[in-house]
Amino acid sequence: MSTDTATPARTSPPPRETRRPGRLRRSWDKHWYAWVMVAPVVLVLGVLIFYPLGRGILLSFTNLTEANQLAEICSKSITGSEVCKPNPNAWEIVGVDNYVNLLTGKVGEFWRQFGVTLIWTVTCVVFHYGLGLGLAVLLNRPMRGRGLYRMLLILPWAVPAFVSAFAWRFMFNEQFGLINSLFESVGLDRVEWFADWKTALLTAIIANIWLGVPFMMVTLLGGMQTIPGEQYEAAEIDGATPWQRFVNITLPGLRSVSMTVLLLGFIWTFNMFPIIFLVTGGEPAGQTEILVTGAFRSAFEGIRNYSLSSTYGVLILSILLVFSVFYRRALRKQGEVW
Amino acid sequence: MTMTMAPGTTAGQSAPTPQTNKQSRAKRSPLASLGLHATLIGASLIAVFPIAWVVLSSFKPKQWVQSSELSLVKEPTLGNYEYVLFETNFPTWMLNSVIIALCTMVIGILMSATTGYALSRFNFPGRRKLMMVFLVTQMFPVAILIVPIYQIMATLGLINTHASLVIAYLTIAVPFCSWMLKGYFDSIPTSLDEAASIDGCGPFQTFWRVIMPLARPGIAVTAFYTFLTAWGEVAYASAFIQTDDRFTLAYGMQQFVPQFNAQWEYLTAAAVLVTVPAGLVFLYAQRHLVSGLTAGGTKG
Repeated sequence: MSTDTATPARTSPPPRETRRPGRLRRSWDKHWYAWVMVAPVVLVLGVLIFYPLGRGILLSFTNLTEANQLAEICSKSITGSEVCKPNPNAWEIVGVDNYVNLLTGKVGEFWRQFGVTLIWTVTCVVFHYGLGLGLAVLLNRPMRGRGLYRMLLILPWAVPAFVSAFAWRFMFNEQFGLINSLFESVGLDRVEWFADWKTALLTAIIANIWLGVPFMMVTLLGGMQTIPGEQYEAAEIDGATPWQRFVNITLPGLRSVSMTVLLLGFIWTFNMFPIIFLVTGGEPAGQTEILVTGAFRSAFEGIRNYSLSSTYGVLILSILLVFSVFYRRALRKQGEVW
Repeated sequence: MTMTMAPGTTAGQSAPTPQTNKQSRAKRSPLASLGLHATLIGASLIAVFPIAWVVLSSFKPKQWVQSSELSLVKEPTLGNYEYVLFETNFPTWMLNSVIIALCTMVIGILMSATTGYALSRFNFPGRRKLMMVFLVTQMFPVAILIVPIYQIMATLGLINTHASLVIAYLTIAVPFCSWMLKGYFDSIPTSLDEAASIDGCGPFQTFWRVIMPLARPGIAVTAFYTFLTAWGEVAYASAFIQTDDRFTLAYGMQQFVPQFNAQWEYLTAAAVLVTVPAGLVFLYAQRHLVSGLTAGGTKG
């Protein structure tokens, strides 16, 4: 889509004061306006994201907590003047201790939370995609009331996530929630949703599926509308059944959109904070925490363990990076240029 | 399971134009048609019901909200709304949220517009890398940035201010806006740029005079989506803000439902007040939103 057609330059480094004036100079002359245009964002990314990221990674190698963050302890003497002594228990660099403690389970419950995160992410993404695709297929045809269905089905997306979280927590309330009342009225037992981690996680998953399907549906619907109609007509003339048309035309046509939204969906769900935080709140006893909420709690509840939370952060980021590298590689193998 | 509905139908999978409309509807057997509509109605009910339930509950007095007896409407009242609007800090939280979300939106868009344009139009060295960085920032868990940003804010004395939240939200908004806007600029034909450059416009003039006006719908949608993201953010707001008068909605509303003695009747009323304006504009904007998001995503 770029207008600039003849620009082979790929590997030339950013335009520093050039020692070899030839190529770099030409590159700067040619691209200076593009670089100027992206400069503010690059600056912001550097200052607001990569600088804190660097600090976060460094933090994960220390034992900094709320309790030992001061380098000096100052106390007021009787005369009112302040006396400061170096803090004997001040934080220090501890190498990879945090990682060892976290991964061996000495501190926190990393592996349990990792397992919950995986269940949570995979279940949510599978249902998001499956239901979104199904609804998109149903909507991708002329029929009465199409616009109305589309609007109604999109509604969950229009509600801010924290509001949806409250709504589902309200409906799953154990004493007077709608779901338990419905269960009772059809003769089932009421369920203590938040007493067991499985049912508690189920409530959060249901809430998240509910609010995530519209995005997939609308995106896939958009993708379907770019598939040329002649392909379907040709297939029909060849006597393909609707199922064959779906498998051989619709699915391949959606490939590139699907790959993008599946990756984004995986990443977003993996890091989905508000739903777990507000629907289950980790109940019972922190057993439904996912990694992100676990990290948040270690950083901002009780004695704030900043270094541990950073360790969590580095691990989560690494997991996602590794995942997307493999994901892209798998796609490349199948000839996807993306 | 919904997919099993597909075989029942024929033709008209594509091109939902008015001309093909009649023909394909005639082709669909009545049974298939019934199944199709039944499934869609079922799905729509599931989509709408939780929202409707919250709206209904917000009009009930406390004893009926917190009763296990099923009832759609019972002794409807506006008392909950009155309480939320006049007896709590809710209006202040709303104002805080509006200010923070507006600032995030304006700053985010202003900074990312030129970047989106450059990414869309120029094949400059570093372009692919920048696109990758935007993708990678999507992966940053809130956990890794929140502590360092918290400490930086503490050093600058900005904890418990609106500015700290705006800055934190920019870390989400700037990559997102650049990504989205690139998608919109991609959909504007490059022949317009060429025409402008023949007429003697430099790249900046072209951007400002030709492309920006054309991209206005896309910019509006991106702006709105950024606004909503900031509007609904929970983690930073819970960590950075400490006093009642500075809360945003996402954090303030948690005050209605503490572990014990939760006041669901007020929460539901507040939820409706938060959702109605945002939802209306969202429904208006979503058509454009999706095309931009997927365009940006697939043309990396």
